[in-house]
Amino acid sequence: MSTVPLFTDESWQMPSKGKVAMLSLIIGECGIFGIFLAAFIFYLGHNLSGPTPSILDVPVFNTVCLLSSSLTIWLAERAIEHGEIRKFGALWGLTILLGLEFITGTALEWYTLIYRDGLTISTNLFGTTFYSLVGLHATHVVVGLVGLTTIMIFTLLGKVRQEHAHRVQVFALYWHFVDAVWVVVFTVVYLVGR
Amino acid sequence: MADQPVPIAGPLEVAYPTQGTFLEWLHSWVTTVDHKKIGIMYIVFALFFMMVAGAEAMLIRIQLAIPNNHAISPEMYNELFTMHGTTMVFLVGMPILFGLANYIVPLQIGARDMAFPRLNAFSFWLTAFGGFLLYYSFIGGFGLYGMGNAPDAGWFAYAPLTLRSFSPGHSIDYWAAALILSGFGTLGTAINIIATTLSMRCRGMTLMRMPLFTWLLLVVSALTLVTITPLTAAQVMLLLDRYAGAHFFDAQAGGSPLLWIHFFWVFGHPEVYVLVLPAFAVANEVIPVFSRKAIFGYPAMVAASVGIGFTSLAVWAHHMFTVGMSAAGNSFFVLSTMVVGIFTGIKMFNWLATMWGGSIRFATPMLFCIGFLFQFLIAGLTGIMLAAAPWDWQLHNSYFLIAHFHYVLVGAIVMCIFAAVYYWYPKAMGRRLSETLGKWHFWVFVIGFHMTFDTMHFVGFFGMPRSIYTYEADRGWNTLNMVISIGAFIQAIGVLIFAWNLVHSYFYGEEAGSDPWDAWTLEWATPSPPPVYNFVTEPEVRSRRPLWDIKHPQDPDWKYEP
Repeated sequence: MSTVPLFTDESWQMPSKGKVAMLSLIIGECGIFGIFLAAFIFYLGHNLSGPTPSILDVPVFNTVCLLSSSLTIWLAERAIEHGEIRKFGALWGLTILLGLEFITGTALEWYTLIYRDGLTISTNLFGTTFYSLVGLHATHVVVGLVGLTTIMIFTLLGKVRQEHAHRVQVFALYWHFVDAVWVVVFTVVYLVGR
Repeated sequence: MADQPVPIAGPLEVAYPTQGTFLEWLHSWVTTVDHKKIGIMYIVFALFFMMVAGAEAMLIRIQLAIPNNHAISPEMYNELFTMHGTTMVFLVGMPILFGLANYIVPLQIGARDMAFPRLNAFSFWLTAFGGFLLYYSFIGGFGLYGMGNAPDAGWFAYAPLTLRSFSPGHSIDYWAAALILSGFGTLGTAINIIATTLSMRCRGMTLMRMPLFTWLLLVVSALTLVTITPLTAAQVMLLLDRYAGAHFFDAQAGGSPLLWIHFFWVFGHPEVYVLVLPAFAVANEVIPVFSRKAIFGYPAMVAASVGIGFTSLAVWAHHMFTVGMSAAGNSFFVLSTMVVGIFTGIKMFNWLATMWGGSIRFATPMLFCIGFLFQFLIAGLTGIMLAAAPWDWQLHNSYFLIAHFHYVLVGAIVMCIFAAVYYWYPKAMGRRLSETLGKWHFWVFVIGFHMTFDTMHFVGFFGMPRSIYTYEADRGWNTLNMVISIGAFIQAIGVLIFAWNLVHSYFYGEEAGSDPWDAWTLEWATPSPPPVYNFVTEPEVRSRRPLWDIKHPQDPDWKYEP
């Protein structure tokens, strides 16, 4: 009988439980977004009355802001990994500003739709599916902003250090998802739907 | 061999906390983050609701036992079958599978707890409050209109019946809110199980050495991620329709009730596999141990389980053949459904091959698993019959369909739940369940089961549709319905024997020791009940059966496994 090599501790690596959990949550979120997207697509062109998607303006600036926030948060992740806390704080703050711009842009868009075009969730099928889908995404942006701000407060209080890089990266995965899913929502609602 | 202490366990002397006051005891359970206590709470919660939903089934059977019966009111009847279905799926099936997973998975992979203990407790309490909220509807659901009580729109709650014009009051709101709440609990636990199995394994526990129970629970949890979320989304849409004036399912504003049917079954069908895969998981543990052989075709079992997971996502519209689809749609869903039969067939043959040539011990867990094999075969065959669209057009929503899915849910899943409780109760409580009562439980339950659900197939053939309040005496269904009802009561007696066994053996059962079944997975290396920390030192494994290796150092598994 040949000898069997014993296990060496160094070679036994498990994936990060935080990242596995966050990716699982993201897969679950895809289920929710998938259903709302399916409803939006299913009802395209089925309106009995009222405004249609053609009244929408393509939110180019908003989209650019949100997608660039993925870049700034990635740079922030790199900064904290290298222990550059001040740089991390600055980039993290910039990410929050970009997220705030997006949510403000959405608020203004909805204001216009409601008061200029008279489109509410109960107006017609377009209103129903548009507000619920874009609102679902906006809810995720708000949740993300709450998380981002929490970490920002801890950073300003000086509690965030290099060893927290991994936790920050796990949270950043969520923000990347919020940005990535906007690409899909944007394409379906503003490019295909219009 | 079996009585020898197993060396990787750590000290067997366990310091139990001294008896405190009732409040201290309660506090220790309510605030616990220990996966074993949470697992037991899940299982007790589920068994309690199993009794409740079982009692609802009994009332349904009293009502249907004789023609033109008015034992309960029609409104009450609708509430009963809705609550029976909803409870059994969401408050019995899901919690008990997560309870088993919580208790067993960390022990089997040599971990000290789940990956996120506090998320675990949070998820349990979300599920529990979802359950209590659902049942609060019986007393709190009157709403503004003084009508509506418990939900009464069927467990699939087809639109537009659930919209405000047809369901005023708050019964549907309770239903939707309770399921959203317990849905988030489910999602949290599923994430936790995935993170635990992927990131918390002890040294040497590669994916292809994981016990099949853990493997299947990993598949189930992954499936849950994309199963429960569509339901949550659809429930949100329903509540938007009811309260924000949206028109998702409102046909008068151009909305489509068909969309709800699709969304519900996008959840509903994978849900069946979410429930049945843990039953397979239990059989994967019990059948080898009681056949004294390693499982036959381990890689094929893993592959078939993953295959079922993926395939189950593409079969939902076989619930909708009678709703009407194109020929291409019908063909696709007929074929995709039949593909599932291939994967489950692989599993059936592997279980049989595991038993083949083994020296089988007919202890109670094994009896239930053998019952499972037999009944699941029939359930699968009637499933193939219903998967054929023309057959389904004839028998959809008849009692034949009811018989088919109860064969799966009771004949397969409940049988395996019983097997699991008999198998792991000694580990959790330190005492064995009584074998005598166990065998009485098995035989009484099986006889009642076959009286009820075999007969249901025939009454379905004779045209009896599901969910009807009563029937005329000249339909030729009288005798059969009486037989079904008697069988249901025999099953109830079986379940009561089980409940008595659980309580009685807790106080008077035979001391179990750490490894009463001479089993091979890591949970049996810990004392019974395991200490809070499970393992003193992290175990190391070199094969799929670590305890076999320790018990048989001259002939360990790792010499033969790839």
